Amino acid sequence: MTAAAQLVDATKKYGNLEALKGVSLNIEIGEVVAMLGPNGAGKTTSISLLLGLRKPTTGTAKLFGLNPTDRHARSRAGVMLQESGVPEVLKVSELIDLFRSYYPSPMPTGRVVELAGLEDKAQSQIRGLSGGQRQRLYFALAICGDPELIFLDEPTVGLDVESRRAFIQSIKGFIASGKTIVLTTHYLEEADELAERVVVIDHGLIIADASPDEIKAKVVGRKITFSSTRALTSADLEGLPITASEIKDHHHTLMTAEPEAVLRELFRRGVDIHDLEVTGAGLEEAFLSLTGRADK
Amino acid sequence: MTANYPRMLWMQFTAEFLKFWRVPAFAFFSLALPLIIFIFFGLRDPTSPYAPGSSIATGAFVMASMAAYTVGNVMVFSFGIGVAVERGQKQDVLLRASPLPPAIYLLAKIINALVFSFLALTVLFVFAHFAASVNLAATSWLSLIGRLLLGSLAFIMLGFALGYLAGPNSAPAVVNVIYLPIAFGSGIFIPTQFLPDFIRWLSPYLPLSPFAQLAWDVLGVKTDRTVFSNFALLGAYTIGFFLLALWAYRRDTSLKFT
Repeated sequence: MTAAAQLVDATKKYGNLEALKGVSLNIEIGEVVAMLGPNGAGKTTSISLLLGLRKPTTGTAKLFGLNPTDRHARSRAGVMLQESGVPEVLKVSELIDLFRSYYPSPMPTGRVVELAGLEDKAQSQIRGLSGGQRQRLYFALAICGDPELIFLDEPTVGLDVESRRAFIQSIKGFIASGKTIVLTTHYLEEADELAERVVVIDHGLIIADASPDEIKAKVVGRKITFSSTRALTSADLEGLPITASEIKDHHHTLMTAEPEAVLRELFRRGVDIHDLEVTGAGLEEAFLSLTGRADK
Repeated sequence: MTANYPRMLWMQFTAEFLKFWRVPAFAFFSLALPLIIFIFFGLRDPTSPYAPGSSIATGAFVMASMAAYTVGNVMVFSFGIGVAVERGQKQDVLLRASPLPPAIYLLAKIINALVFSFLALTVLFVFAHFAASVNLAATSWLSLIGRLLLGSLAFIMLGFALGYLAGPNSAPAVVNVIYLPIAFGSGIFIPTQFLPDFIRWLSPYLPLSPFAQLAWDVLGVKTDRTVFSNFALLGAYTIGFFLLALWAYRRDTSLKFT
């Protein structure tokens, strides 16, 4: 079966900056995939290649087996992009109707407005919308053509907690309809909640591609940070149950599933410890675990 | 499968029309400004000959001048400022990722500009007819409209070029700084004998000169060039501005979309 979206050994250079360093990715029809990574990791670049907004420097990008700029391929995909604008003086329903006309068999406008939660604003001009309402409008434009594949680039960025929650519910409602979805996010939590497959991208490379549970299993555990009067050496850490470590001057970061055992052993070895902190694993810690080093 | 193109074009055109209509500055500049200028130059003894010994009335002459000015104005402003603002708001990014073919986007903008030009001409003609007693044969009215809309392609291309060259904030200033001197230099507002020698020398070759001559010719004014030569000169401008617009478009998109 033809993949919904596919990158084969794709690289992308912007001048001297290597945004993608050889990414291969197959997204099958019906999959819900989250691309996870910090800013500048290459998520948006990957999506831009799949949409035909940019061309790979080497390698190929395909949408439904076709060149992504092909109208037949594009007519099967909807997109919500970061940093894109819409005509401010059009009304919400007018813009939705305009985008519906780009697709061969669009959803009824009323249904789009309802799915995006824009019932109250359908007759308002776009210039009067709040940030959260704008995100919803962009979502509406992505789904209005009833496409098989939807790209959501950072769909919840800039939203407050409450709007984010409500918006994720909207996305979930749409996922339930069996569409193929590719979304990018900074948040492991969001990927976990929405996707069945998580592709972790860092510095232009895929460093993990697994189910959210598998990703979380790798990052279960704690991050221990502390300072000490001297920098520890690998001999100091030998035999400790840690999965990753980073030592910068006198500042230490350790990842472990057993923080108590690690600390007990460090104290027993007579390491003097200040500014001790033990925190849960977030995305930053996921990167530490997945790459064996801290992100920053 | 792709969507139905005629329907897409119709929806895109109505969106363009609403975008234009709902921005008062655009609607005002296109529809009201030509009338205001007409009042200044055309209502002073409108039935007197426009030049000594001529059978053509001042009102009709100024109306034809303003008709050329208006159509060029709608084209240069709607494309120049419209495209620059869309680029500034990154509307081009989402459209480029959508299934909308660029040709339909372009065609919708051109049709919208032609429709607005037609409306602006109608408003101007009706006003001139009642306020300045301008009476032309039905074929002359139609000929004016037809010639100006056909020749307007040069100004559409100029507008596109400016839209891709100017920044979103500077576009209104850039468009004025270019269009207004061209209008003055072409003898649209005041006869060229009142202009400095070097501008008088340049005047017949400015893009509004052949455009205005096409309009004046409909009234029976003796013009420097034949209708054919005027269209040929406008055609040359169309090609030149098209190449400039293409270069500017490629320069803009090669930064964002490669």
